[in-house]
Amino acid sequence: MATKSRLHIPRASARPGEKPDFSYLELSPAGSVDRPPVDARTRDIENLSSDMVRVLDENHEAVGPWKPDFDARQLQVSLRWMMLVRAFDRRMWQIQRQGRISFYMESAGEEAVSIAQAVALRPGDMCFPSYRNQGLYLYRGTKLVDMMCQCLSNTRDMCKGRQMPIMYHNRNANVFSISGNLCTQYPHAVGWAMASALKGEDHIAASWVGDGSTAEADFHYALTFAAIYQAPVILNVVNNQWAISTFQGTAGGERRPFAARGLGLGIPGIRVDGNDFLAVYAVTLWAADRARRGGGPTLIELVTYRGGAHSTSDDPSKYRPKDEWAEFPLGDPVERLKLHLISEGAWSEEKHEELEKELRDEVLAAWKEAQRFGTMTEGPFLDPSLMFDDVYAEMPAHLEEQRRQMLAIED
Amino acid sequence: MAQMNMIESIRSAMDVTMGRDPHVVVLGEDVGYFGGVFRCTDGLQRKYGEDRVIDAPIAEGGIIGTAIGMGVNGLRPVAEIQFADYIYPGYDQVVSELARLRYRTCGDFFSPVTIRTPCGGGIRGGQTHSQSPEALFTHVSGITTIMPSNPYDAKGLLISAIQSDDPIVFFEPKRIYNGPFDGDPEKPAVSWSSHAKGEVPEGYYTVPIGSAEIVKPGDDLTIITYGTLVHVAQASAELTGVDAEIVDVRTLAPLDIPTLADSVRKTGRCLVAHEATRYSGFGAELVATIQEECFYHLEAPIERIGGWDTPYPHAFEWNYFPGQKRIAAGIRKVMEAE
Repeated sequence: MATKSRLHIPRASARPGEKPDFSYLELSPAGSVDRPPVDARTRDIENLSSDMVRVLDENHEAVGPWKPDFDARQLQVSLRWMMLVRAFDRRMWQIQRQGRISFYMESAGEEAVSIAQAVALRPGDMCFPSYRNQGLYLYRGTKLVDMMCQCLSNTRDMCKGRQMPIMYHNRNANVFSISGNLCTQYPHAVGWAMASALKGEDHIAASWVGDGSTAEADFHYALTFAAIYQAPVILNVVNNQWAISTFQGTAGGERRPFAARGLGLGIPGIRVDGNDFLAVYAVTLWAADRARRGGGPTLIELVTYRGGAHSTSDDPSKYRPKDEWAEFPLGDPVERLKLHLISEGAWSEEKHEELEKELRDEVLAAWKEAQRFGTMTEGPFLDPSLMFDDVYAEMPAHLEEQRRQMLAIED
Repeated sequence: MAQMNMIESIRSAMDVTMGRDPHVVVLGEDVGYFGGVFRCTDGLQRKYGEDRVIDAPIAEGGIIGTAIGMGVNGLRPVAEIQFADYIYPGYDQVVSELARLRYRTCGDFFSPVTIRTPCGGGIRGGQTHSQSPEALFTHVSGITTIMPSNPYDAKGLLISAIQSDDPIVFFEPKRIYNGPFDGDPEKPAVSWSSHAKGEVPEGYYTVPIGSAEIVKPGDDLTIITYGTLVHVAQASAELTGVDAEIVDVRTLAPLDIPTLADSVRKTGRCLVAHEATRYSGFGAELVATIQEECFYHLEAPIERIGGWDTPYPHAFEWNYFPGQKRIAAGIRKVMEAE
């Protein structure tokens, strides 16, 4: 021990120009972690919060007790969803770079999180996503064209031009609205789940935040309430290693995994290979079963890597090595599920390429359709007076008056 | 009709709405088993159960955040924040989430949360139990801000609030929970039993949100105020012998501009008073609105009285509190202006 205190400033393992270093990431071999019964006591399964649940091994085979029941057809469909998310992201990124939308956030490298978890949940379960969960919206039936129209703020925009791009919502599909304020949705999910239990329904809630957002007070409020009232909720931490330029150590990830954050409250934590579709599906199903049977909340840490920039507004080459993703030990979720299917004899490189092209075309067709409802430069345009609607359930007099004033000036 | 103080009438409002609608739930610190530090929820948990009157941990941000989620899932949460001074950890949830959820989703999602919170001074509460932070909420688009001044209005407005699909911050001036307070701390406490608005129906009724009330008609000047100062203003006017019209704003946002403006057009003189610190206080909005609406009817500059722009001082409470002397001086100033 030193003889005086010192201030510890966490430091990323590699910055631009340095060799990527993921030695800090503790991995477990695929298939090595036991799958406890869903009614296990938290104290008996603490290992799950530090080990890593993995199903796909280095030969791309599914192994171990967490291996879920999936037939090849179901896995092909899931792969297609992940590939659709990636194709959508690529197109929208390009469109933003061409100046045709103001902003975008891609989820490259994290597609298994949204898709595997969406597959594991039931339609009546309520999702409270963060801004990198576009896969949830797509999987639950939000049309590509509607996602695009939101990003365009055009006449078909679900948000009527009130939200910047990617702040989707879908009431009918039970996917909540995205907020730019981080982690605020976490207590909403817990409150929603409490209400579900109070009403005697068996719907559960699920929410997602990044590793960086776990430092927010709302994270701790949510865990505390979820633990106290044993809310049927799955709280997910998507640990993609980076919060814009800040690595996960500065959010407190250096000493114990994020999955362990709930242990002090008696909330079981599961640390999972977030790029392993089968493992993500399996742990989510476990947590959902537990919640539905009165077992309360589970905190799941999905270890993954943010393959792209935080958003179109930052350049990751300014703060991390360019080749870091290529060195990430858990690889790419799309690639891994593809190789698994190939190893099962249920897929091929040719089929994969064909599907990629098909999805590119599907996305392009949707983009063409979306533009028919208006673009940033060409009409039709939304009526600006719509900005005064929905502030209150009924428009109060002062907003009527301000709308009148705005229209008078615009005339 | 029954005699009720403001605590009983507020409790009755929750009782009546919980009895009518199984989706109404109450949550907050000490609200359940104990019945609230001010007793506003006393007996409700015994009557409606632990899962409808929920004792919450000490986490105001968590109380408001989870209440929002409950509201999204079809409940009508009534969240108590034990003192308005403690509301700030939940402020982000109010401003960034609750207030704008309907707007940002074009009505697809909303959460009909009512936040009840005792506010104001006069109880020797010092900096952390005396604040009047209403202007921090009136400034937020999408929030309805209410502050009643008597038991009858408190119950009727709270029932309206709980039934409203809009999010509401409902301030309860705690100095007048047990009786009207005229601003003179030396006088023995008065109960609501001798006040007309202490007569409260036991059952269901509403007082409309967004409507001010002329609590005392008068011809010489209009005093626009709310909460505890409604009573202080009346006593202050009596002190000066001026025939003041007292307007109780009741709902601060959205504001009932016609009632306020009609009164000032009639009297030609106006004083605005509140307990909260003056600078950027809600009085500034009132003065600006009256100036816009009534400028050519005004015979004197509008006077604005508030708490001094200091934190609320414990030992100097009665130097700080805008009592009868300050308001009376303000009335004389407006009346003397040529």
